[in-house]
Amino acid sequence: MRQFSILKPSNRSLIRELVVSDFKLRYKNSVLGYLWSLLRPLMLFGVLYVVFTHVIKIGKGVPYYPAYLLLGLVIWTFFVEATMSGLNAITGRGDLVRKVSVPKYVIVVSTTLSAFVNFALNMVVVLIFMILSNVPFRWVALLSPLLVVELIALSMGIAFLLSALYVKYRDISHIWEVVLQVMFYATPIIYPFTLPSNKLAKIMSLNPLTQIIQDFRAILITPETLTTKEVYGSSLGRLLPFLILILICIIGGWYFRRSSSNFAEDL
Amino acid sequence: MKDVAVSVSHVSKDFKLPHERRNSLKEHALSFHKQTFEKFHALSDIDFEVKRGEFFGIVGRNGSGKSTLLKIIGGIYQPTTGKVKVNGTLTPFIELGIGFNPELTGRENVFLNGAILGLTRKEIKAKYNEIVDFAELEKFMDQKLKNYSSGMQVRLAFSIAMQAHNDILLIDEVLAVGDERFQRKCLNIFDAMKKDKSKTIIFVSHDMQTVQRFCDRVLVIHDSTTKFIGDPSRAAIEYKKLNFPDMVQETNTDSDSIARKDQRPGTGKIRISKFDVLDADGKSDRIISFGKPFTVSFAYEATENIDDVVFGVGLKNDKNDSIYGPNTEESRFQMNIRQGQGQITMTVKDNIFSPGYYTLDAGFFDADNTTCHDFISVKDALTFVGVERHGYVYVEPKWTITER
Repeated sequence: MRQFSILKPSNRSLIRELVVSDFKLRYKNSVLGYLWSLLRPLMLFGVLYVVFTHVIKIGKGVPYYPAYLLLGLVIWTFFVEATMSGLNAITGRGDLVRKVSVPKYVIVVSTTLSAFVNFALNMVVVLIFMILSNVPFRWVALLSPLLVVELIALSMGIAFLLSALYVKYRDISHIWEVVLQVMFYATPIIYPFTLPSNKLAKIMSLNPLTQIIQDFRAILITPETLTTKEVYGSSLGRLLPFLILILICIIGGWYFRRSSSNFAEDL
Repeated sequence: MKDVAVSVSHVSKDFKLPHERRNSLKEHALSFHKQTFEKFHALSDIDFEVKRGEFFGIVGRNGSGKSTLLKIIGGIYQPTTGKVKVNGTLTPFIELGIGFNPELTGRENVFLNGAILGLTRKEIKAKYNEIVDFAELEKFMDQKLKNYSSGMQVRLAFSIAMQAHNDILLIDEVLAVGDERFQRKCLNIFDAMKKDKSKTIIFVSHDMQTVQRFCDRVLVIHDSTTKFIGDPSRAAIEYKKLNFPDMVQETNTDSDSIARKDQRPGTGKIRISKFDVLDADGKSDRIISFGKPFTVSFAYEATENIDDVVFGVGLKNDKNDSIYGPNTEESRFQMNIRQGQGQITMTVKDNIFSPGYYTLDAGFFDADNTTCHDFISVKDALTFVGVERHGYVYVEPKWTITER
């Protein structure tokens, strides 16, 4: 099948060129370049840090709260960037859809990877911050690449679904903005996950992003944070976020594949 | 079927044109009546095969459906009904320089555009110098594309496109760009491709001249349907007929097209009742390929016996210059006409007349050339088709050069 031939060298080359040129274009003609994309989460971090450590004191009980907060924000920033640029991927590259027959998935994959480049650079900052905050290193941190893979899969699955929907329904972008706004507060990004009641925590833990962020924090920063595993105990419930993630990927991939042959006409 | 590169079988394409466009969920949810569409037939029942190594042309006017057809062959659109089978790798060149970004340098754009055309980074690296050489842009590769002139951009785009390694190329009117010198270079490339029998080329254009020069076979598409498929010079005529119906007159070879008998000069003792043009195979056809023998036959009626009749024929080109005027007397062909009906044929083996539209004159005269019995003149009675030549006639010369 030609559609999902990710291993074909020419398709990999195309993804690579799209990501590289996107990266170059983003910071051309700007003095600070990459720093601008770092500045956004950092500014948000600065404000939230001041508010939550000096005004509301939400992060008082959490060890290494600054690093904890920054890590959550960096993951969230990636999720927003990947899904928003994924949403625009097909409609924004009308030239590639209507004039040549490149596999359409390549375009979506390249936007997710573009966002990932930023994420990787931001994670370097997080690591520096962790070292400066004297966060102790634990061997379990080496498991973090698995979580990165899960994060990419989640964002890409959603990006596939949104990009295909957006070709037909142009108000998806507004809907997704609202969803993101809700998710920002429904996901434990700025507040520690110890706050909600057990029932609420169970519902919130269904969100794969909650699971990813909490697991990330648990292995990188402090084991003293609530992960899905702890919310559900040893029951099968802890698998629920993974099931939801797989479901999202299947639906996204299926819908994208089904509608991709008509993109050229619907655009 | 290994020798078939592309097979298009009974392909039709409808576009649904909605009477009102719904682009939002609200519009979809809140409309109680079903959305109505107008069906637009962009292509109907197109059926042909392109053989491996063939240079195949598709011509048609704007809106005839040729670009839709190209997009279907290229896999960009899906046909509504019918099937397209492609044996080999194929890249459509609907447009040159897809993905070119003005903010990137020439070099960066080469890699980006090359990847879009299906080349790997390694392959582009290997061919990079060749691309730059062909485009003649060595000095500009590290400049941003926005500083290029449009001609430079096209040259770069074309050079990259030529490196795409495909057995089947779909080319859409990309020749109409660049200056004359570069165009000539492109034509040379096409010449080379034509000789390279491993490459199959499907060339879409409305420029019949280029199509005639390169293509082995041509499909003429008009109003979404196949109007003609086959020999390029015949295709040129069909195409001209579609575009300028007044220029090419359907010549009726029966008596209607000949002026009425009582309005013609001459004694009327012998009258031409009908004429016909035949090709080398004896098939009635007023369109003759350049260089191919042809026959004109005249049917006549005589009211009495006349000896020593001279029959003459004249060919005039569209500027009314007399090109050819044989008669039976000069050929020492004795003609004694008996009362009743008969037929005279004139066969020309060495057809050296330049392609164009010809007026046919014919007449019966007395041997002393003082009396005319009948004379007809039919405009555009005969058409020779082929690549246009300079001058009235064309005979292949033999060239030599001696260097001291």
